Amino acid sequence: MNDALRNACDEIAALARRCDRPIRLMEVCGTHTVSIFRSGLRSILPENIRLISGPGCPVCVTAQRHIDAAIDIASRDGVILATYGDMLRVPGRHGSLEQQRARGASIQVVYSASGALELAEKNPHRTVVFVAVGFETTAPATAAVVLEAERRGLDNLFFLAAHKRVVPAMLALLAPGDVPLDGFLCPGHVSVIVGAEAYRPIVTGWRKPCVVAGFEPLQIMLGIERLLGQIVSNDCRLDNVYTVAVTPDGNTVAQGLIATVFEPAVAVWRAMGTIPDSGFDWRPRYRRFDALCRFGVELGEDDDPPGCRCGEVIQGKLTPGECPLFDRGCSPTHPIGPCMVSSEGTCAAWYRYNRFPGRAAPIAHAPVGGRV
Amino acid sequence: MTVDEQNTMRRAASDAGEFIVMAHGGGGELTDCLVREHILPVLGNERLNLLTDGAVLGACAGDLVMTTDSFVVQPLEFPGGDIGRLAVCGTVNDLAMMGAMPVALSLGLIVEEGLPIRVLDRVVASIAAAAAEAGTCVVTGDTKVIERRGSDGLLINTAGIGRRLPNARPGADRIRPGDRIVINGRIAEHGLAVISRREGLQFACGLTSDVAPLNGLVAAVFDECIDVKFLRDPTRSGLAGVLADISRQAQCSLEIDERAIPLSPTARHAAEMLGLDPLVMANEGKFVAVVAESDADRLVTLCRSHPLGACAAVIGLVTDEQPPLAELLTEAGGRRVIQKPYGEDVPRIC
Repeated sequence: MNDALRNACDEIAALARRCDRPIRLMEVCGTHTVSIFRSGLRSILPENIRLISGPGCPVCVTAQRHIDAAIDIASRDGVILATYGDMLRVPGRHGSLEQQRARGASIQVVYSASGALELAEKNPHRTVVFVAVGFETTAPATAAVVLEAERRGLDNLFFLAAHKRVVPAMLALLAPGDVPLDGFLCPGHVSVIVGAEAYRPIVTGWRKPCVVAGFEPLQIMLGIERLLGQIVSNDCRLDNVYTVAVTPDGNTVAQGLIATVFEPAVAVWRAMGTIPDSGFDWRPRYRRFDALCRFGVELGEDDDPPGCRCGEVIQGKLTPGECPLFDRGCSPTHPIGPCMVSSEGTCAAWYRYNRFPGRAAPIAHAPVGGRV
Repeated sequence: MTVDEQNTMRRAASDAGEFIVMAHGGGGELTDCLVREHILPVLGNERLNLLTDGAVLGACAGDLVMTTDSFVVQPLEFPGGDIGRLAVCGTVNDLAMMGAMPVALSLGLIVEEGLPIRVLDRVVASIAAAAAEAGTCVVTGDTKVIERRGSDGLLINTAGIGRRLPNARPGADRIRPGDRIVINGRIAEHGLAVISRREGLQFACGLTSDVAPLNGLVAAVFDECIDVKFLRDPTRSGLAGVLADISRQAQCSLEIDERAIPLSPTARHAAEMLGLDPLVMANEGKFVAVVAESDADRLVTLCRSHPLGACAAVIGLVTDEQPPLAELLTEAGGRRVIQKPYGEDVPRIC
């Protein structure tokens, strides 16, 4: 452990001693979740500091109806479905994209929206549909590719757009009032785009401290230290320890790209239902790129598998270990819910890094009962 | 240029012998041409040149080890190597992990029509170079051509026969609590080099694959009478996969010190950017060895005197804690489990 990290740990321990109750902090980003597990940070935090994983995994928050629509479109003649690899194994109502591909559907993994653009150029006689998911981090890339497709006059590239906005979801979590959360560790990548000021409504409207932090263990610990500092002094501020990358106003060019192509709209989140302004809809000029329109696909209803508690896990209401299916039928090899599929899913991270079968986990304070 | 136009161009160009066509795999004159003009001049030796249905290897004392492996890497060429070098090293290393030195290799080339012949030439040259480096050769082979599947493609299968060194007896059943775990160098470089080339990630330039034949280093280890109890190359599921296997097969626990695992700053940052765990990234020139505590320092010193072991290190130890589990003591001072990944890790979405 280096000196900076040791100092942060010592400071956190001192602050934690001044709290006479469990402190519940939510990390909203899947990348934070994975980094926390991968570096074993939970095992070195004081017993009363509990980290709760929020709705920050892009795959996990995608409603099942979008998976079903993707499977439907992938089965159409002449279609190449381009998707991020993480989406392949998410179960829909009737199987997954991975199973659909094994049955012969043309489904290709791309690592960015521009990968879909290349596919469309290389296959002028096929229709390429990109499954555009993710938060404000990936939405600008999708928008840029839409604009580029227009510029190049491509008429064979469409988008199944299900991008999400982080801050409205955080506000929705708080909406029931009296939510036992003491602060938010705000996501680094999303904040690069939206800017730290985007979290201001959470601080002013709900009196919840917010600290933007990067993904290295030291950044996360500094973020936790700043949150605890505010909590101990009964303060509530918007703070940023990731100033090398995150400015107050964010990346205005990327925001401009999104605003050109999309407008904020109500969106459906897996198990969280519809949340106002939490997604993006097409602006009229670009609606012709909408794959749902192109193929006349209506989004259906979600029908989550019986017993699957991913919805509560996503909202931090339940830890993976509390789900009756975790490691009892649901595992990365046989995932039942999306949180077990995505590499950033809370259940997958928990399973991969925090499952000590037959032994007491080194985490003295598994946040069981950390209800939000 | 559209795909149709490309195809038309390729059809025209194939007459000039620039691209592989279906007839190259038909067993006729064009197949003969391919073998005689593009393979034998580079890979040829007295046994391969006979072009008989099989190669006669002659009698050999001691245990024989046989292995086979198939290679489907995309892209075919990546920083630090290509599918040809990978095929030879992969098979030679599988033999080496059994304590065996290569005697002969077979080479099955499955080529997609449309592959530029100059690419095939480069791969064959690379096979020859890697085989020479490993002190072995291709004694028998086969070439087939399959229809285009969309991209220029080449699949390779290699089999290898090796002779086991007399004092080599690696086996997971010999692992005991207190044993040390040693790796011969930096991890994750092959996996990251391939992904960075495949995805055109500029920031990861400078990363090259570690693909290399390990038989020389392994022979040196056994020559020094270091009793290696277990040996495995951390290829597809990375260091994590091998450590999880050791724990499961030996029914022992492992305690791995993250700070001791050799990892270059470039690889660390590239993995961080992509959201990938270096522990699950593929290596093609590394071995993980389990030795008694008393042998660990000798092994590390010996490795460090070899070009393929300059960054060798003891990364952890075997404990008797039950139930068996591989655990990582993280750089941040925490603990977590090391598990085999489900499949290939993919870069994160956001």
